[in-house]
Amino acid sequence: MRLRFRRFLWLVIILSAAVVSATAKAEEITVAVAANFTAPMQKIAQAFEQDTGHKVLLAFGATGKFYAQIKNGAPFAVLLSADDETPERLEKEGLAIAGTRFTYAVGRLALWSKNPFLVDDKGQVLLSNNTDKNNFKKLAIADPKLAPYGAAAIEVIERMGVIDKVRPKLVQGDSIGQAFQFVMTENAELGFVALSQISIDGRISQGSAWVVPPNLYTPLKQDAVLLPFGKDNTAAIALMKYMRTERAQTIIRSYGYSL
Amino acid sequence: MHLTTEDLSAIFLTLQLASVTTVLLLLIATPIAWWLAHTQSGWRAPIAALVALPLVLPPTVLGFYLLIALGPLGPIGRFTQWAGWGSLAFSFSGLVLGSMIYSLPFAVQPLVNAFEAMGSRPMEVAATLRANKLDAFFTVAIPLAKPGFVMAAMLSFAHTVGEFGVVLMIGGNIPDKTRVVSTQIYGHVEAMEYAQAHGLAGAMLVFSFVVLLVLSWVNRRRTQTAI
Repeated sequence: MRLRFRRFLWLVIILSAAVVSATAKAEEITVAVAANFTAPMQKIAQAFEQDTGHKVLLAFGATGKFYAQIKNGAPFAVLLSADDETPERLEKEGLAIAGTRFTYAVGRLALWSKNPFLVDDKGQVLLSNNTDKNNFKKLAIADPKLAPYGAAAIEVIERMGVIDKVRPKLVQGDSIGQAFQFVMTENAELGFVALSQISIDGRISQGSAWVVPPNLYTPLKQDAVLLPFGKDNTAAIALMKYMRTERAQTIIRSYGYSL
Repeated sequence: MHLTTEDLSAIFLTLQLASVTTVLLLLIATPIAWWLAHTQSGWRAPIAALVALPLVLPPTVLGFYLLIALGPLGPIGRFTQWAGWGSLAFSFSGLVLGSMIYSLPFAVQPLVNAFEAMGSRPMEVAATLRANKLDAFFTVAIPLAKPGFVMAAMLSFAHTVGEFGVVLMIGGNIPDKTRVVSTQIYGHVEAMEYAQAHGLAGAMLVFSFVVLLVLSWVNRRRTQTAI
């Protein structure tokens, strides 16, 4: 009986030692990811884990919220921001590692409807009058104060000269994810969303859409930055490099981002 | 503490929403609570559970299903369009509906407690004095249950003021229509305007504290008069 117990004890010790050493080799990091980059990042993280053996935990959310959390000591190793201002601001405030910023993707804006006949390929639907057949009651955008995609949408509406006509029809989501939701549930007939949200393998998944020409809005540069938590972490540094590999960039492009 | 005109209009809208919600809620919560307090029916438990559901459901779940229900293909959306009212999503009426569902248990529960504490005796006495049921209800039951009504009104009002998830999901953040204090604070925080967020959040904190303080006074007075 005693002997058996001792053997069991040894087994436990050896096993736990094995577990400890395994976790020590392959490191685990937490990465803060902009909500609009959710789908591509899940794929990239999977590929990264396969290729390097490191483990990545992904937290998705609004960039402004991440900023507040990082400022207050959140344990993120890397921030994949929805804009280029937040990483810059973090770096200036000494909350990010200087010299590690780079643009990992450039977002594309799309005017989208679930109705397959509403949106034409020039966005003319925005010019429609109340008497027209293709009139719409609500246009969803992300809050321009909070989300770069929302600010870009306002830019497009202004450039097309229809801001006064469209303003009473605007409804705002707190993020581009919510703007998408409003159109998806058909509470808004139209909405400006991220092309990445509606494209599958380079095609529009459903409804009708106008991919807004990039010259109508300021480029939606999305920057990545290394945070103090990831400074000497091999996994974090490896991920920053991995984002620029061909394999990662192919995934990024397939979701409608440019580089 | 400096509040912008947008902050002030959010405060005004919030008070308006909470007032309308509270009045409508008391009107529908009273018969529900009366029924729950007196019925012997087997439906009592399931209905009580249904009424309490908003207590445990995350507001975002509530909001998301409301969004779907209000949409052109949802049951409420179909009805409102058929009735010629258009869609309730992104409107003040939509927020009132959402707030009523969200705060329902806070109105019903204190009333059920008050009606149960009253017992059946006062109504029986009224009946022997030839008061009809409705008459007895208004002249006997309601005055006796007054502390319950005060509590229900205050809780519904305060809970609606603090509502966030549902408004965020079905509001659309439209100034003067659906932008309330909680979503305005959220907007300030997200936009990194921390000074403005502190101002509004401070006001909210003081308000909530005062409501709870008054509530506990009301409660104490009630238990004292009961003794």
